[in-house]
Amino acid sequence: MSKFRKSGGRKMAALSTASLPDIVFMLLFFFMSVTSMKETDYKVKIKLPQATEVKKLEKKSLVSYIYVGTPLAAHQAKYGSEPRIQLNDKISELFDIADYVESERSSRDESDAQQLTYSLKVDSDAKMGIVTDIKQELRKVQALKINYSTLKVERKGNY
Amino acid sequence: MAKQLGEINASSQADIAFLLLVFFLVTTSMSVDQGLNRTLPPPPDPNQPENTDKINERNVFVVLINKDNQLAIESEVSEIDILTDRTIEFLTNPRGAADLSEQVKASKKLEEAMAKGGKEEEIKNYRRLVTECGDPDISKGVVSLQNDRGTKYETYIAVQNAIVAAFNVCRDKFSKEYFGGKVYDELSAEDQKVVKLAIPLNISEAEPRSVK
Repeated sequence: MSKFRKSGGRKMAALSTASLPDIVFMLLFFFMSVTSMKETDYKVKIKLPQATEVKKLEKKSLVSYIYVGTPLAAHQAKYGSEPRIQLNDKISELFDIADYVESERSSRDESDAQQLTYSLKVDSDAKMGIVTDIKQELRKVQALKINYSTLKVERKGNY
Repeated sequence: MAKQLGEINASSQADIAFLLLVFFLVTTSMSVDQGLNRTLPPPPDPNQPENTDKINERNVFVVLINKDNQLAIESEVSEIDILTDRTIEFLTNPRGAADLSEQVKASKKLEEAMAKGGKEEEIKNYRRLVTECGDPDISKGVVSLQNDRGTKYETYIAVQNAIVAAFNVCRDKFSKEYFGGKVYDELSAEDQKVVKLAIPLNISEAEPRSVK
């Protein structure tokens, strides 16, 4: 007959935590590599519209952003409460777009500059007038690839 | 020989790493940018005479949005819900109606492209359409979208989305039929080009003007 272990015998050895730092470091490096810090502070309020047929913007480095929306409460005294354009960190006028496109292009090398996509982040309550003006301005400087930034929702119906 | 140093206690290493980990966890935003891609037409060239090739009226599908966000499809007041279906019907013209878009055979397009000396890739893809996809009909239809300056952006995007949905539904249907049951997004880039030729995304946005 085989021997049974004595009841209430040895205590289990403490689990070695020596590998814990390694695991944590691994996670740390993962998050470090996927993190992208927010580049700009919104000065305007933007609630994106919804769409079902969205495409992802592949290369973040090849995207420039144009924001349109009503200025935040803190800036309304200065900029009014009508939708305004924000380029980089400041609220801008329509004629600043050409300069903005130029500076975005010159900050990248020539082949990339041709492939720049301009992502329009426009508040859903804005009127088309301002968007049309921006589009015309972009056409003038041959910036033709645009993307209307939207949130993705699922298609309804039976397609 | 130098005195041996005692080992540094490394038990706090995990705590430090945790601290950093939490920081990056909090600052990470995994959101990806997405939206509707569009290519704007190049600016009108004043030296170039105006394009005189008239597009046959039946090949233009006019969608108007006025400043009160009301929609008119082919000058009929309408709703966004039926826009996708109407656009699909216009593009495919299943019953050969005289007021919906004309259809051209892919082989005809191939001849045209060869006569014009089109791009080699284009000719190759048209040839694939003829040989692999049984010479499908290609719609000559163009969706023309006009909006007012007072139209709400949300409505404009909803309409754009409904129109793009129609094209995507047609493309998916075509891909499923001829490319082994796969939807358009699952096809290789090469095959996608072929499908794009069969169902070209023709959306024209008029030069801005006010819509009554």
